[in-house]
Amino acid sequence: MLEQMTAGLNFQSNALLLRSQRQQVIASNIANADTPGFVARDFDFAAALRNASGLQDPSGLPSAPDRTHAQHLRLGSTDPRSPDMAYTVQTQPSQDGNSVDLDRERANFVDNSIRYESTLRFINGHVKTMLSAITGQ
Amino acid sequence: MSMFAIFGVSGSAISSQSQRLNVVASNLANADAVAGPDGQAYKARQVLFQTVPMGGPGNAGVKVQDIQESDAPGRRVHNPSHPSADAEGYVTHSNVNPVEEMVNMMSASRSYQNNVEVMNTAKSLLLKTLQMGQ
Repeated sequence: MLEQMTAGLNFQSNALLLRSQRQQVIASNIANADTPGFVARDFDFAAALRNASGLQDPSGLPSAPDRTHAQHLRLGSTDPRSPDMAYTVQTQPSQDGNSVDLDRERANFVDNSIRYESTLRFINGHVKTMLSAITGQ
Repeated sequence: MSMFAIFGVSGSAISSQSQRLNVVASNLANADAVAGPDGQAYKARQVLFQTVPMGGPGNAGVKVQDIQESDAPGRRVHNPSHPSADAEGYVTHSNVNPVEEMVNMMSASRSYQNNVEVMNTAKSLLLKTLQMGQ
């Protein structure tokens, strides 16, 4: 019973954790906007959240290739809480090899912070709902 | 809370950018300097940024790895009456290009502002996280 009540909260806390990680990655990209040779990084939020909460891909395909032997190395990260980091694609190639697109990073940063805040509100709403259920009002 | 690392990352970027701004300021201040007693004019300086890994995956700060002097030849002006003129009557000025330095300054100050904004956003998100469940 109690597990059902907190299942939604678990999902939201996973989402919050991944949002804060993505915020950090984007902050690193913005910090390195002038560093020669720096390659911007990011991760697929939807896939990372599916991985962290143990959900299936809606397309029905497994997110990682199946292992046919127990001793095969697993592709990608084994920890569901640390997402697979990828490199962003250069939109405007520069002479110094830096692949940070500052406009894109700033848009991503604002987008991510709004989504972080909305996740926070979902959690607060969930807590309020449960509190009012407990107090029976 | 892993988002505290943002302050480290953006803080390193801010200090690197302010060092770049300092170097630009000394270049601009010496733009018209002539060769000193040793016959060497001021050489334009340029900071070299380098990525510093900071803890978790994807966390990357910045540091100033080196400050390099430009090898470009100094600006030579024919002015035989100048006390620093050489035997042919030329005065060697510094090799600073003021236009380049102004562009460098604008780029540095924009990057500085960007990182301050990142820190402000992270701060307000963390403050809201503190009020979670209230």
